[in-house]
Amino acid sequence: MPASGPTRSVGQFPVRIRACCLQAPLALAYDACMRAPFPHRHLLGIDGLTRPEIEALLDMAEDAVEVSRRVDKKRSILSGRTLINLFFEPSTRTQASFELAGKRLGADVMNMSVATSSVTKGETLVDTAVTLNSMRPDVIVVRHHHSGAVHLLARKVSCSVVNAGDGSHEHPTQALLDALTIRRNKGHIEGLVVAICGDVLHSRVARSNMILLAQLGARVRVVAPSTLLPPGVERMGVEVHRTMESGLRDADIVMMLRLQRERMDGAFVPSLKEYARFFGLDEAKLDWAKPDALVMHPGPINRGVEIVSAVADGPRSLINEQVEMGVAVRMAVLEALAQHLPNE
Amino acid sequence: MSEAANSAAAFINARLLNPETGRIENGGVFADDGVIVELGAKVTRANVGSRTTIIDCGGDIVCPGLIDMSAFVGEPGATHRETLATASAAAAAGGVTTILARPDTNPPVDGAAAVDYLMRRARDTASVRILPCAALTRGLQGKEIAEIGLLKEAGAIAFSNGPHSVASSQIMRRALTYARDFGALVIHTAEDPDLARAGVMNEGEFASRLGLPGVPAEAEAIMLGRDMRLVALTFGDASAPPHGARYHSALVTTRFSIDIIRRAKEAGLPVTCGTSINHVTLNETDVGDYRTFLKIAPPLRAEDERLALVEALASGVIDVLVSDHNPQDVEAKRVPFSEAEYGAVGLETMLAAGLRLVNAEKISLHRLINAMTLRPAEILGLPQGRLAKGAPADLIRFDPDEPFVVDSAKLRSRSKNTPFDDARLEGVVKATMVAGRVLAV
Repeated sequence: MPASGPTRSVGQFPVRIRACCLQAPLALAYDACMRAPFPHRHLLGIDGLTRPEIEALLDMAEDAVEVSRRVDKKRSILSGRTLINLFFEPSTRTQASFELAGKRLGADVMNMSVATSSVTKGETLVDTAVTLNSMRPDVIVVRHHHSGAVHLLARKVSCSVVNAGDGSHEHPTQALLDALTIRRNKGHIEGLVVAICGDVLHSRVARSNMILLAQLGARVRVVAPSTLLPPGVERMGVEVHRTMESGLRDADIVMMLRLQRERMDGAFVPSLKEYARFFGLDEAKLDWAKPDALVMHPGPINRGVEIVSAVADGPRSLINEQVEMGVAVRMAVLEALAQHLPNE
Repeated sequence: MSEAANSAAAFINARLLNPETGRIENGGVFADDGVIVELGAKVTRANVGSRTTIIDCGGDIVCPGLIDMSAFVGEPGATHRETLATASAAAAAGGVTTILARPDTNPPVDGAAAVDYLMRRARDTASVRILPCAALTRGLQGKEIAEIGLLKEAGAIAFSNGPHSVASSQIMRRALTYARDFGALVIHTAEDPDLARAGVMNEGEFASRLGLPGVPAEAEAIMLGRDMRLVALTFGDASAPPHGARYHSALVTTRFSIDIIRRAKEAGLPVTCGTSINHVTLNETDVGDYRTFLKIAPPLRAEDERLALVEALASGVIDVLVSDHNPQDVEAKRVPFSEAEYGAVGLETMLAAGLRLVNAEKISLHRLINAMTLRPAEILGLPQGRLAKGAPADLIRFDPDEPFVVDSAKLRSRSKNTPFDDARLEGVVKATMVAGRVLAV
């Protein structure tokens, strides 16, 4: 598949739409619930989705929230379908979330956790993809530690592929669940000031959220020491702040990112203690944000590092709600992709 | 400071040298409550009141006290070489009123507690101002960024890796980037550790004749050149760096380095540099017959390099002059040259040695004093170093023409390793005032 495609503007930044997201909508019967068809075979990233497409997914997720709160959570949209969770990186909540989402939609779900040590070469990834493809799955959900690995895999299979996080690139379902959480609590996203704080450099959550929230009209800020900011981030449609005080001022949403333990110790920031002091969210720093500001974190949290327990467990924390929205959003994504699955 | 200034003091009948303008004006300086209250011709014996301690300068020069951006003060861990008390006494005798203390102590000043310790010790035992320069990397190992934010909050004025470069370009880049966010000054000694490793003096004919391995000028230029690229990378983007964030090359000693600094300044990079009193007054031939007191790092260079350094200091390409005070006990120097420790004491002789250049008409008195007062104050963000109302009353009185012979036995420093032993110098410090208090000199 060619790597080139037309360009489109996200924020101030022209981006190349991935060819695999450009497939013409397949001629399918309208979904039973009368939504506009989702025009993509894969969900590889937020980059390339339009605002109506994003909003449609969020609307579908709202319904999925209702379904998930019933006693009988089972639906039959994916009945008879096979969903493979292929995780090259350890994950608890994302994998469980996709598994539940698939099962609630009636699919057979298989979890494959591949030890990272046994898969170190590109050929092996492709081989794995081809092998799995031969087992005729309908959807493969993939997490991989290298950016772009999910895209490579998607080119080698004939089923739908959902990116559950690739390296430092994208984590689209996380951004969708974050948007859903914000929308349900604030009523809208347009015009909100969202401060994404912490290890932006290595964060796929940050990249997906930067694109998605900007698409929906939020004012997105990134807040971090320069050592944890990707070069050129100021040209990616976000405001850049290097202190929590300036970054949190007038923020409606404070979104903390996880700092990986191996990055705390002198390499990117001097120490856990110093990071917590200057960039960890505590009640005093939260006071710089709007009085009704809400706090988010994609989890798992490092208590006392990027966020103190009093805030993580406090009344303004949406962290647990994010987890609930995660299942709903993944149900919505699977449902949307199901529109393209062959029926014969 | 062991006690607060509790009474007014005045220098009268002086020639006031303003390090900003270079103007010399007859008059006096009246200090009260630790700051300069009045200065100029109107400060006379009749005008300052009876409560005031009066120092009649008899036509001597009065200027701000010297600010030394690099001195080893012995504490913690090397009190056999120097203590804050003996360093203070040496500084006061040499007209130095502010010392930026090097972090390569034992243990290194790489944590907030160490900064706090140094400041408390200085408060209790030092008579001049001792300011902590903290470690840029943990343990000065060049492998992990030190806690720059916490250290700065604790009172660190600047960050350096001591006498060694941060060899890893990746760590140096991140340290510069991180320091920039915190508005921190990074002071770096540029010397490629691989190229310099075996050397004990300047590379060249003289070293070869002595049979000693040398350090080429390129060792400094390579690392300094790298640093300039990293500074450009760090400060190159559009957003303005926080106030105070900059790079200072601790000690340049070669023409290559002067060119690199000049080009960096012309490119608008936030870069300054210093050189030491040893490098502008001595050269490699002073090593002579394996004199270990002249074994210093980076090494004394050839005479043409020295002349270039003096010229760059005069023109301002080199911003500041430091003592590079590095006391070593006798045993560390009374060994074969290759085994001797590096370093020379310099606090007491810095001014007089510098005046040699003035007397030889290589540099103006104004520029010499500026390079040891106002310019370091500007780089460090300090209020002193100025002859102005409201500035801290850190002042010295000296007679630039009075000759003396350096007697190492009489140095106040705990260590006596001066390269100027028996040298005839001119310029005697007659009085030193810190925060309005007159110290014994």
